[in-house]
Amino acid sequence: MDEIKLAKVENVRMIDRYNTKNPTVGTLYLTATHLIFVEPDSNKETWILHMHVASIEKLPLSTTGSPLLIRCKTYLSVTFVIPKDSECHDVYTSLLKLFQPVSINKLYCFNYQPNKDDFPKNTGWEYFKLEAEFKHMLVPNEAWTLCSMNEKYELCDTYPRQIYVPKEATTLMLISSSRFRSKGRLPALTYLHNNKASICRCSQPLSGFSARCLEDEQMLEAIRKTNSNTDYMYVVDTRPRINAMANRAAGKGYENEAFYENIKFHFLGIENIHVQRASLQKVLEACEQKSPTMSAFLNALESSGWLKHIRSILDTSSFIANAVDKGVSVVVHCSDGWDRTAQVCSLAQLMLNPYYRTIKGFQALIEKDWLAFGHKFSERCGHIQTDAREVSPIFTQFLDCTWQLMQQHSESFEFNERFLLILHDHVHSCQFGTFVGNCEKDRLDLKLAERTFSLWGFMANHLNEYINPLYKPNVDEAIKANLAPQCIKFWRGMYSRFESGIHPREPLGDLLLDSKEHCNSLEDHVQHLTKRIASFKSYISKSAKKLQDATSTTAKVSKEVSSNEINDNKYNYDKKLSELSAADDDHPLKASNMSFANLSLTAEQSSQPQALPEEINSVAVDWKPMRNVTTCSCSTPFDQFSKKTHCWRCGDIFCERCIDKNVALPGHDSGKPVPVCRGCFRQMQKQSP
Amino acid sequence: MEFADLIKTPKLDGVLLHDPSNVGALGATVGTLCITGHHLLLSARQETSQELWLLHKNIDSVEKKPSLSQNIVVGGLITLKCKDLRIISLEIKCGKDFFNVAASLEALSAIQSTELLYPFFYRPMYSILEDGYTMFRPELEFAKLISGVGMGGASSPNVANITICMPSTSTTTLAVGPGLPHPLQNGFAIDALAGGGGGVLQGLQAACEWRITNVNRDFSVCATYGATLIVPKAITDEQIVLSAAFRDGGRFPVLSYKHENGATLMRSSQPLSIQGIKRCRADEAILNVVLGRSRKGFIVDTWGKGKSNTETDLHYSQWKKVNRSIGNVSSPASILDSFARLIEACNDLGCSTDKWLSRLEGSGWLSLVLNSLNASCVVAQCLDQEGSPVLVHGAKGLDSTLIVTSLVQIILNPDCRTVRGLQALIEREWIQAGHPFASRHRYSCYTPNQNRNKSSGATFVLFLDCIYQLYTQFPCSFEFSTQLLILLFEHSHFSQYGTFLCDSERERNELNVHTRTTSLWSYLNRPDVLQTLLNPLYEPNSNVIWPSVAPISLELWTDLYLRWVIDQRSSATVMSQIQELVTREKELRTQVLKLRKNALELGQEVSTLMNSAEDA
Repeated sequence: MDEIKLAKVENVRMIDRYNTKNPTVGTLYLTATHLIFVEPDSNKETWILHMHVASIEKLPLSTTGSPLLIRCKTYLSVTFVIPKDSECHDVYTSLLKLFQPVSINKLYCFNYQPNKDDFPKNTGWEYFKLEAEFKHMLVPNEAWTLCSMNEKYELCDTYPRQIYVPKEATTLMLISSSRFRSKGRLPALTYLHNNKASICRCSQPLSGFSARCLEDEQMLEAIRKTNSNTDYMYVVDTRPRINAMANRAAGKGYENEAFYENIKFHFLGIENIHVQRASLQKVLEACEQKSPTMSAFLNALESSGWLKHIRSILDTSSFIANAVDKGVSVVVHCSDGWDRTAQVCSLAQLMLNPYYRTIKGFQALIEKDWLAFGHKFSERCGHIQTDAREVSPIFTQFLDCTWQLMQQHSESFEFNERFLLILHDHVHSCQFGTFVGNCEKDRLDLKLAERTFSLWGFMANHLNEYINPLYKPNVDEAIKANLAPQCIKFWRGMYSRFESGIHPREPLGDLLLDSKEHCNSLEDHVQHLTKRIASFKSYISKSAKKLQDATSTTAKVSKEVSSNEINDNKYNYDKKLSELSAADDDHPLKASNMSFANLSLTAEQSSQPQALPEEINSVAVDWKPMRNVTTCSCSTPFDQFSKKTHCWRCGDIFCERCIDKNVALPGHDSGKPVPVCRGCFRQMQKQSP
Repeated sequence: MEFADLIKTPKLDGVLLHDPSNVGALGATVGTLCITGHHLLLSARQETSQELWLLHKNIDSVEKKPSLSQNIVVGGLITLKCKDLRIISLEIKCGKDFFNVAASLEALSAIQSTELLYPFFYRPMYSILEDGYTMFRPELEFAKLISGVGMGGASSPNVANITICMPSTSTTTLAVGPGLPHPLQNGFAIDALAGGGGGVLQGLQAACEWRITNVNRDFSVCATYGATLIVPKAITDEQIVLSAAFRDGGRFPVLSYKHENGATLMRSSQPLSIQGIKRCRADEAILNVVLGRSRKGFIVDTWGKGKSNTETDLHYSQWKKVNRSIGNVSSPASILDSFARLIEACNDLGCSTDKWLSRLEGSGWLSLVLNSLNASCVVAQCLDQEGSPVLVHGAKGLDSTLIVTSLVQIILNPDCRTVRGLQALIEREWIQAGHPFASRHRYSCYTPNQNRNKSSGATFVLFLDCIYQLYTQFPCSFEFSTQLLILLFEHSHFSQYGTFLCDSERERNELNVHTRTTSLWSYLNRPDVLQTLLNPLYEPNSNVIWPSVAPISLELWTDLYLRWVIDQRSSATVMSQIQELVTREKELRTQVLKLRKNALELGQEVSTLMNSAEDA
């Protein structure tokens, strides 16, 4: 590639903030997609995806070379000291060209090729369909209908083709309402609760100081009427009052309670994207203080206002969730209805409906309220070169708020912190086409489903890493956020993720997830053994009978002994997989399930005792403890966030790269492919060619 | 004095209890109030409702708000702020009763005489399996300390048997069981570790030169130390008396801990700076003997430069002074001030996020926690990595000194992370070391600042918080759960057990606390109680646990500080789920092994049958 002026620089010193005294010396490679730093002594590699780079800064020349400070969207911040200034300059200019393409067609996803046996390209693109999601809420129904007027994006080009509106809404109302709303984003249904209360979202009305639109007023009245429980509904303007007032001068503004009948209007005071961007900047500065005191850190955290903003988003979302829970419908907007509105609508649904707290549901929520209804990912996440003032951590805040809820209700979420981090990183990485473009229309125009891979397809292959081991489905219907300031915490695991020194040394989440998997393996093995024992017993009793009744030549058909009663694995994870893959037949695991189906034992086979030792050897009873394991057997060092995975066959611990094989173990009843290390994989192939 | 004299209204019907923490009861219950010599009891007399039992000693402050009607008091609200951080209110509908109840509670909660406290009246309903007062006898603990055999009493059910083979004991003074490593062998080990220096013999001597002294048997040398102490063998009792005279409160340097590499941790109080006393050769001799073969030692001052007296460079030339103050003002009273500000901020749920963060910062509590951890890490490093002896002292050696010396042991010594080990540590480093629990915990955070006396403090709470921080960073390395820490927090303030009574061993001896009361440890170590305090995730960890001391790593101890204002049920369910998961894993493992055996046996039988069938 011509952008790369220099592909390899030796004797580069890498300095991270906590290790300023002993920099590591290694080789820096610049590839078309990554910046890779290799430490020859420790075998450690640091990979930085160009798309993850947020800023590159050339620091003043020092005696040891030219320092290049790279800050990433993953909150990694690292300095490379390059011996020669000219080399540093080459790396710098190459990176400048690479990290933020001008054209959206240059994004990583259009070049990305996963390992060929990973998953096919179309996997994941069909997992979620808007119609299915609304059908889930029993829409359309007697009150709500599918509006076909946006089939070609005539009403609103940043909305999905299918929008759901009140049955009563007339064509005139829809057209006029959309013209009266900023960017044509008319009120449309996003969530219908089981008590008829709904959440509709839109943008601000173009009301200015006195303008009205009768049809828009009728439109809101039609929305109110879909819910017969109450004679009023809330219109929530998520902005601070002052901002909304200021917008009136520009011919925009908010609903006047005098014109709109039966609405209760509320300002809820979430600050705009610029305030949030500045706040995040300050949070990162707070994290980057060099050996701060406790006071300095707390002061910096306070003055960043980050937790205040998080709390205010949760506060607004709680307001909406409470209203809906009590049976009152809510119409939500901010300015254009794609930042704050997306945040609070999705969070309110997360609080209201346990479905959205599952892995599949959370993805569906993002598909619906962020991807279909439009959010300017390209600008907000700085995917392509853009006005720096358009960048803002809106989606990150949504994840942060979700994390806050997870802290408060740890058993209500199917997914874990890792899931949120992976989501966050891939929203920025553009490795997958899922978050490319700003709305449904963009994605169709770019033909992403044909040209790129889907993040959901990728994630489906790693679901076991995202499970919250403490999840109890259906414990709570609706959950409430505790908004006391004492309960809003700083998400160290996100913003200070790469400062390996500061995190708990014994990460509970990983350990528990590991225990859970170990339990799954043992349960499966127990089931297998129980079946084996049952069939042995039946064989023995049959032979005993045969001996007794030697003259009889009629062979009795042995009854298949069912051992279903042992299967009490109530969090059965397979169910989730099949749910996901139900949406798509080409799901990778489904295919492999099929091919391994022949492994499950027939009645005749199961009474063959010869295979038993092998079956027993194929399941590790004890898994190596995680503590004190510092390197994988391939000598890759483990750090704080690298995933340690057990081989289900030998019980040893491996890094992600060494444990890329999934095979069904003969000692498992389910025949479900599970992670095994390469050594075990080879052995198994030898045994069963 | 009779309790009856203080109880003006022993029983009162129709009292309205406001308990904001009790969400289930909608905040208020009507019931009958009973006041006994040691308890306040409120019962709704319904089978379903829980009774409120409150030890008078738990009451930190009694606030009265009379309600007036035509200038006559017709009742009022009595707000009780408790040392366990709970705040409840009693609404009384009659003026006379209101004053009587308030006066009774004020008098009963302020009883000064130790012998009137509940532990002297409480008789356990169970038979004591192990007497907590004899479990950690100093002689035994010290023997273990010198020998380096796992501390923390006899075999604890879950204690990992991590034997640290340590330079041997001063066998002349004590017989410490068989199976101890040979002294010479360890002398070599020590020497190799230190990397040269003196000869083997010298190293050996330095390693086992300790003895038990009874010089303080009548508490005349030091009023706050116990009767049995451990000092360098080469030092005579006369020298100790001289050194005691040189040190604040007579707290001469004593051994606190000996690390597995032989490096020793000592504690004392600051040297006195009375005119005329410039130096004390006996004191210097103690330190010189301890120094032995090492070229340098460290004196870590937990009080701060210029605030405490320090050993002169001239006379302690081989000792490097390190200042690691716990706070700007490290007095116990200022620690309590900080704690009070923290709790005040924690109780204000309605404030803004900014306000909360600024009050959290302003309380200075987390800074105290951070500095304590920091100082402890410095000391632990000197011991573990430099292999040098360390002497820790602040001013009087009763507060910040003890935080540091005990935290160092938790960081370095895996035994201190077990239930028994922690009990032993608290016995050695806090109770027998003379931390004045009675004075420090007479008043707590809800007593207005001006009403607390100077000797009040929250040092022990700070210590518990530091353990909590270590726990959050190493949640699998502790045998106990944080529930034990909360329990210790409570019992150190008010208890039916005598363990935390009085200010010193001397006072406890005078009152015969050991025979007249029950030990908290006797209760805790009952298997059914112990079971509820164990950490399901415990995996014995023989390593040193170096905590992160970055501000960002600290966590507010919400389980304790917010326990009455924010529902902590979710953290309880998490704990029980973890327990469930861990138990399930263990059960499955056993089940698998059993089934495998069974299957193999049956398989054998089937093979035989099959073979015989073929033969036939």
